This record gives sequence, C-alpha cells and structure tokens, in this order.
Amino acid sequence: MSDITGSELDRRTLLRRAAAVGIAATPAVGMLSACVGGGADEDTPEQATGEKSADNPLGIDPKTGIEIVIFDGGLGTKYATDVDTPLYNKKWPDSKVTYSATQEVSTVVQPRINAGDAPDMINNSGSKLMDFGAVVNAGQAQDLTELFAAPSFDIAGKTVAETLVPGAIEQGTYNGKPYAVNYAYTVFGLWYNKALFTKNNWTVPETWADFTALLAKIKAAGITPYGYAGANASYYQVRAILTSAGKIGGEQVLKDIDNLKAGAWKNDAIVKAAAAWAEVGKTYLDKSFLGLKHTEIQLRQNQDKLAFYPCGSWLENEQAKDTPPGFEYAVAPFPSVTTADTLPAAALNAAAGEIYFVAAKGKNPRGGMEYLRTMLSKEAALGFTKLTKSLTVVAGAADGVTISPGLTSANEAVGKAGKDIFMGYLFDTWYKKLDDESRAAANDLMFSDYDAQKFADRMEAAAQAVASDSSVTKFTRS
Amino acid sequence: MRHGKYPFIIGFLAVPVVLYATFVVAAYIQTFQLAFTSWSGLGPIKYIGFDNFERLWNDDLFWRSIGHNLYLLILLPIITIAIALVFAFLLNAGGGMHKGVRGSKFYRVIFFFPQLMALAIVAVIFGRVFSTDESGMLNGLFPESWSPWLFLADERWALTCILAVMVWQAVGFYVVLFSAGMGSIEQEVYEAAALDGANRITLFFKITIPLLWSTLQVAWVYLGIAAFDAFALVNIMSVDRGGPDGATSVLSMMIYRNAFEYSQAGYASALGVALFFLTLTFAALTLRVTRREAH
Repeated sequence: MSDITGSELDRRTLLRRAAAVGIAATPAVGMLSACVGGGADEDTPEQATGEKSADNPLGIDPKTGIEIVIFDGGLGTKYATDVDTPLYNKKWPDSKVTYSATQEVSTVVQPRINAGDAPDMINNSGSKLMDFGAVVNAGQAQDLTELFAAPSFDIAGKTVAETLVPGAIEQGTYNGKPYAVNYAYTVFGLWYNKALFTKNNWTVPETWADFTALLAKIKAAGITPYGYAGANASYYQVRAILTSAGKIGGEQVLKDIDNLKAGAWKNDAIVKAAAAWAEVGKTYLDKSFLGLKHTEIQLRQNQDKLAFYPCGSWLENEQAKDTPPGFEYAVAPFPSVTTADTLPAAALNAAAGEIYFVAAKGKNPRGGMEYLRTMLSKEAALGFTKLTKSLTVVAGAADGVTISPGLTSANEAVGKAGKDIFMGYLFDTWYKKLDDESRAAANDLMFSDYDAQKFADRMEAAAQAVASDSSVTKFTRS
Repeated sequence: MRHGKYPFIIGFLAVPVVLYATFVVAAYIQTFQLAFTSWSGLGPIKYIGFDNFERLWNDDLFWRSIGHNLYLLILLPIITIAIALVFAFLLNAGGGMHKGVRGSKFYRVIFFFPQLMALAIVAVIFGRVFSTDESGMLNGLFPESWSPWLFLADERWALTCILAVMVWQAVGFYVVLFSAGMGSIEQEVYEAAALDGANRITLFFKITIPLLWSTLQVAWVYLGIAAFDAFALVNIMSVDRGGPDGATSVLSMMIYRNAFEYSQAGYASALGVALFFLTLTFAALTLRVTRREAH
C-alpha cells in the first residue's frame, strides 16, 4: 500500500500500443491472453528441503537458490539488495539469491504463478499488486505458521512471532492461517511541515473546531490549507474519512465495513465523519486538485503551498529527493470530530502493510520462508528503517536511533497513542471493486456534491452488491 | 517454377499465420471459453453458463462505457476524416490544379509527427496540457484572473478531452493515406473538370471524394476500431482511470480492471466477448453501408 508510484509509462501500455499497430482489428481483448495462459496448471515442481536443526529451523536445503521479486516503489529496492540478501547469504553462502524488481507485480508475477513457475518470495505491493485474497484462495501462498513459530534470526530466546508488534500477524491472516508478512509499519495521519508551522505559530489541532479554525487561518495566509490528489490518490481521503469515523464510533464501525455487514456504511459515525470532511472539501480544498496526481500535490507541499496532506509514513521517503533543506516532515493524528468521540484525539491509525509472501508451489518455499525470517531479524529491520525511513513490524527495532524528522514524529505519535492504535480496515485489499467505488465516492464528496448522506448510501449499495456477488470470495475479521 | 509455387507461398504465409493463430485466434478462443466461467485469474476454473452475461446486462457501468465508446465511435471518424481530407486536399490540390499550398512538403512531414510518438507518451504530454492547475499548458495560457478549467477533472468534458487527443494523434496518418489516394487520381480528370469550369470546391466534392471512396471506407473502419479501444489514453490521462466517477470509462478499461484488479477474469472475458461482437458488427455494418457501385 505504500505507493502508487505513478508508473504511467508502463511496459504493458507500450506493448499494447505495439500490438494495436500489428493487429488493429483486435483491440483490448487480446491482452487477456496474458492472464489466460496455463490457468489450470496444478503441477507443483519438486521442492527443495533439507535437514531441520537448531541452526536451520525451517529445514532449507543450503545449496538450493531462491528467487525473489521486489516491488520497486516508494520504499525502493536497496533494502533487499543491500541488507536482506547479504544477511541471508552470510548465513547461507551456497544458496544463490536471484533477484528482480518490478513496478507491476500482477503483470509480471501472476502469469508465472499460473504457468507453475512462481518465484519463491514475492513482495506483493504497489497499485498493480495481485489480489492477495485470490492468491490465497487458489492455494498459491505458503502457510507461514512454521515461520512465525521458528526462533528469531537474531533475537535470542524468542520466536519470530514474539518479536513483532501486536496485530502484525493478524493482518496477514486469512481464514485463520497466516499467509503473509506485512513488513512495513505505516502511520497514517495529517502530514505537515513542522518548520512552516513553527514559523507561523500554528499549533497542531486536536479538535475539529481547532482544525477548521486553523484551516481558515492558513487560507488567509495564502496557502492551500488541505488537499489530496483526486486523479490517482483519492484513497488517502477515504482513509481520512474512515479514520475519523473510527474515532467517532470506535473500531467496530470499520470492522462492520470489512465484514460487509448490512447498514455498516450508513452508521451514524460514517455520516458524521463524511459531513465533517465534506465541509473541509467545500471550503478549503483547491478544486483543481481533482485533476492532479499525488506527486504534484506532494511537491506543492514541499514548496509550502499546501499545509496539511493526509498520507502514510512512506511519504517522507517518497519525497526525499524533492524535499528542500529546512523542510521537516511531521505527522499529526486526524483530529477528533465530536466531543463525544469513542477514541481520544491522540488515537492513531497505524497498520502493517507491504505484503511479502512465499509461493506455495514454487521450487523452494522453505528457502523463501528463510528469507522472510532473515527480513524479520532485528538487524534487517533496522537496515530497512534506515534506508526507507519506514518503521517495520519488528517491535522496537528502531528505538533510540535518530533517522529523520518524519520518522521521529511518527514514532512519537505511536508512543502518544499508546493502546489507542487501530489498524483501520481491510476491505480495500479484500474487495478491490469496493475500493474503487470508495475512491470515486470520496472524490464526489470532497469536490463536487459535498453530500455525506449520498456518500454513505452509495457505499452501502456498493458494499451490499459485493456481499451478494457469489463470484467474489468473502473474508471476515473480528 | 510451377513446382516451387506452393512452397514459396507457404513459406511466406507460415510465420504470420502461426503468429496470428497463437496470439489472436487462440487468445480469442480462450476468451470465449473463459466468458462462461467464474475464474478469478488464479486457480481452478468453474463453468457458470450465461451468468456473466446476465450480470453484464445489469451493469450500469457497462452501458455507460458502451455509451462512451459509441460517442467516440461516431465523432472520432467524422472529425478525423474531415480534418484529414481538408489537409490532404490542401497539400495536394489546394494551391492550384495539381500542386499543394505553399510549403506543403514541410506540412506533410509535420502532420505525421504525432503518429511517430508512442501513445503512452502522447497521453502523458496531454496530461500536462490539460493539467488543472496553472502548470497546465492551457490553464497557463489563460489569464490569471480566470479560475482554472478542469478539463479531465470535469465530468462533462473529460471524454471530449480524450477524443481531442485521439483526433490529434490520428489526423497525420490519414493525411498521408488520403494524400497517397489523391496522388493516384489521374491529373487528366482534374484538368478536364477544370476546363469545364469546376472550381476547387467542386473539384473536391465531385472528383476527389468519389475517387477516394475506398480509402475513406478503410479509414472509417480503422478509426472505428480505434474508438473501441482508447485504453491507453483513458488509463493514463483520466482522473482515477476512467473517472471522474466513470465519466471516461470505456469497455477496454473495464476489461482491464476486471481481469487484473478485481480478479474476475471470467467477467472480463464476457466483456471481451461483447467487445468482440461490437467491433465485428461495426466493421461489417460500415463496409455494407458505405458500399457503392463500382465506378
């Protein structure tokens, strides 16, 4: 989820262009063949195993190589090539790591899984990630129970599971079994430039009244107070609305949404949150943002032309090369909407994200799991945090290390929130179609009709359509 | 040489036929097969009869997308052919009986430029042209006191913006195509008509167009098929890919989303089948309607 990289000029588009010239009479349909090939292939190649021992708890074959595919997005790929792989090879020098990176995970990996030629460890991320629920359902993801029960790579006396932040495993659990490591720990909130705020004597608001008062002040100062990119990043706004709803009505509101419970979207908390945000949209949002992309908006913030930007903690790293000196990223939790909110103002939406999974039908799933165990070591986690300015699910791996202002701010917010951290919602990864509907509805709410009830009704209808669609596999959480 | 004839022909045809059979025919057959399944794109395949088509029938976005495709289908060929014809005429006969307007050789090259650019690049460039803030080319040209035009972010105009880019890109190719067609019209015909007192406009409508009819027919079919596609432009340029709120959704975009994002390869295939028949119907209709008696 860390990114939408904006890889507009993608290989597929170019290929399609080439194809369009060659076979002009077959628009669009031909591309389906890419996903059709060998669909029914159920063959599992011979899989490598070795002796299990204290030193080799997962029983990998030390001489068999593994193949990994890393998503090349907001987090970059250096953490894999410069931290994880060397660490893995230090322990297993004879297991050659074949590495590749892609911006289009589904385009590159899905056909290979279908053809029975899956890479061993896959970073399923980005805007073109594979529908992971479908991967699990097709039996293509390795059950990671053994991995989490294995001893940690470098934290003595603990299992891998015991070294992680609470909720990290649950997020990769489908119908009771863990299938994914959600590695990056992302803090969501309102991002701003601390230096700018200090200079203007603006204090970070905790209540909605303070929030709108500050927005008015910022507007008067000639800066766009609040904004997000409607063209390709409206899901940041969806998160803002739903986080507010979660704070008003408690996490159950979001769980009901994920579980497609009838009436979940019509919950009073959703309507209230949507109404509050619609007001912000109506008064403080620049209308032209509907046509802009996330990179353009983020650049504006770097130029101090935009004050608040709803985003996740990958932002600082994504903008690293455009951030001018003196710009200090900081994050604030979304303010309380009412005085009777269920959760306190400091409550924070923080979630494990970035799916890493092992292909069940690859050539070396044990090796893939060992690679994940390496990634979940304290050393690799700290290396990841240093390189990507993103926290990991390895608890406390980055404590006491000063890396960047945004990261420090995120770490502080996590500390302040204490037990009031909630992971948000999963419907967007479970039901992609509902995700798309929520993006369009959020844009509508914020840019054109400002009608909270309509937003709720529309999402309710879309959610119920998914609920009654037998071709969509359902998931539940509690 | 008689004995060598068939091996010779087969030698030429084998490679394209194999390629076509593999990448077009086989893919289509699979698409037809998958249209009757609930396949997610991964794992086992289950047949569900006509369910996908029933869903299609009840899918609002499907009908809206068809509407958008039809809008493009009607306007893209008309506008492109009209502009291309005028340009081609000016280049070939606009400056007198059988020469183009001054500098026509230069224009001929310029007109073809857009065709040389990859569609993805064109889309990105026009994304900048239509950008909604003052960094956009058009909004940058407007006086500062105007509030920015929303172009692609405006539900009413988004599809028209896409159409404009399609026209811009296509015109060059058809100028060249029509120029070639006009070049093959005998000069004597023009001269004879001119002697009879025909002016340029009469020449255009009474001589050029009728003698160019078969080329126009081909152009119409090609452009119509392009109108059924429009995938790259919509995918790259439009707000929220197909938005705002479905305002630029086209069938190819729906197919892509269902196949690769919603894990509904079966439903996507049903959309593909619908698109296949629409394209086929269009091509057949066009050729039939525009058929004229041989001259």
